[in-house]
Amino acid sequence: MLILTCPYCGVRADETELAPGGEAHVARHGPGASDEAFEAYLFLRANPRGLHYERWRHAHGCGKWFHAARDTVTMGVVGTYPAQVTEPPAELSRPRGS
Amino acid sequence: MKHYSAFAIAREALRGHTGWERAWRAASPKKHYDVIIVGAGGHGLATAYYLGKNFGITNVAVIEKGWLGGGNTGRNTTIIRSNYLQDPSAAIYEKSRSLYETMSQDLNYNVMYSPRGVMMLAQTEHEVRGYRRTAHANALQGVETQFITPERVKELCPIIELKGPRYPVLGALWQPRAGTARHDAVAWGYARACSAMGMDIIQKCEVTGVRSENGRVTGVSTSKGEIGCDKLCMVVAGHSGHLAEMAGFRLPIESVALQALVSEPIKPCMDVVVMANTVHGYMSQSDKGEMVIGGGADGYNNYTQRGSFHHIEETVRALIETFPMISRLKMLRQWGGIVDMTGDRSPIISTTPLTGCFINCGWGTGGFKAIPGSGWATAEMIAKGTPGPLAAEFGLNRFREGRFIDESVAAGVAH
Repeated sequence: MLILTCPYCGVRADETELAPGGEAHVARHGPGASDEAFEAYLFLRANPRGLHYERWRHAHGCGKWFHAARDTVTMGVVGTYPAQVTEPPAELSRPRGS
Repeated sequence: MKHYSAFAIAREALRGHTGWERAWRAASPKKHYDVIIVGAGGHGLATAYYLGKNFGITNVAVIEKGWLGGGNTGRNTTIIRSNYLQDPSAAIYEKSRSLYETMSQDLNYNVMYSPRGVMMLAQTEHEVRGYRRTAHANALQGVETQFITPERVKELCPIIELKGPRYPVLGALWQPRAGTARHDAVAWGYARACSAMGMDIIQKCEVTGVRSENGRVTGVSTSKGEIGCDKLCMVVAGHSGHLAEMAGFRLPIESVALQALVSEPIKPCMDVVVMANTVHGYMSQSDKGEMVIGGGADGYNNYTQRGSFHHIEETVRALIETFPMISRLKMLRQWGGIVDMTGDRSPIISTTPLTGCFINCGWGTGGFKAIPGSGWATAEMIAKGTPGPLAAEFGLNRFREGRFIDESVAAGVAH
């Protein structure tokens, strides 16, 4: 079972306590954006085989949104970090040990 | 290709079964093909088959990184139905279902199509309204379905508990000509027919790059060398995003694990397929007597072919309320398949930004039932260069233009 540590309350929560929120750091374009940009925001996804940055909500806990870096093939969790950033922290940009 | 028949069985019985030949040739790649299809699952093989049968294009290679039918074709719960709400979906799934009816004869290969009937239980008032609407839509689309009462549900499937505490059965959408088929046989039957037409099926051959010149596809790089082609079609389900990246475009697809499990075999107790979309569970009984149960998809991206345990727990917990007699069954096996989910839960059959390169993907949780129809429509698109009437609505550009075929609302999750 997938276990993530909430960066706000510190609880090690398994996935039944969390709500997945999809790919993280997807750029949202403002009014006047092109159809292409809005399609990219709404639908196009990286869907990598490997390291994936994603949004989670500690739904049955503190209720906060946060980010996680996780490998989609090994299911290894590289780390979690707060929601108030637009890109992942440098130390989580590569899976541990690689 | 030797014809399979009762006479052939009798002949081989007399000579100790020494005369059977391999169902398809093990081929090594030629330098160049008219069409290369990546992915020898059901959809890829069906595409190749209808390219040959409907359009006479037989200089075709189907290349596969693993083994034939070893992906989701061998991992699904074998349900075939076409009771969709939206017109484009009903059209392609009904085409597909009707092709299943005669597939064993067409391919001279027994795919064991069993039109035993599929019922989708309505367990909330919202579902009752939704399925009544679907039944009306199906009547207009020429798909035979009807909304039936709880009493009729009990007649068709006596092991159902109608008055469960959480999930009472309020009715069902019943499609009498829907059913199941032997999933592996579908892949094997198409492969045999393709091979007989002279097509090459190349297994254990992984695509490592897509080659192009001036925006036009010229071939693929593979673990067995470079192979040239005039047209390329990607039919690789969960791994579509990975392949599209090689060809230089992105897809509106996320890959997640969808699970299924089977019980120990028991005596015949259920001769229809029952789907319960409120609880994300569906069940049928295989010819071996196993109860085949399908569950929900994971909520987050992964490629593990395993799935989260709590989804299985939720599915089984809810199904036990609807089918109390399964509570003491032991489960034999559980597995997961990587399904390619699009934003509107409808597939993509489309041309791509790379000229000569086509894609068929996004079947999500409902690909098996679509195999022949999808192959039919994709073959037409490859042969003519543009999508025909069955595929026209399923283009990639629908996401940019906002023309969704919204089955995520219409069909619930079990798809």
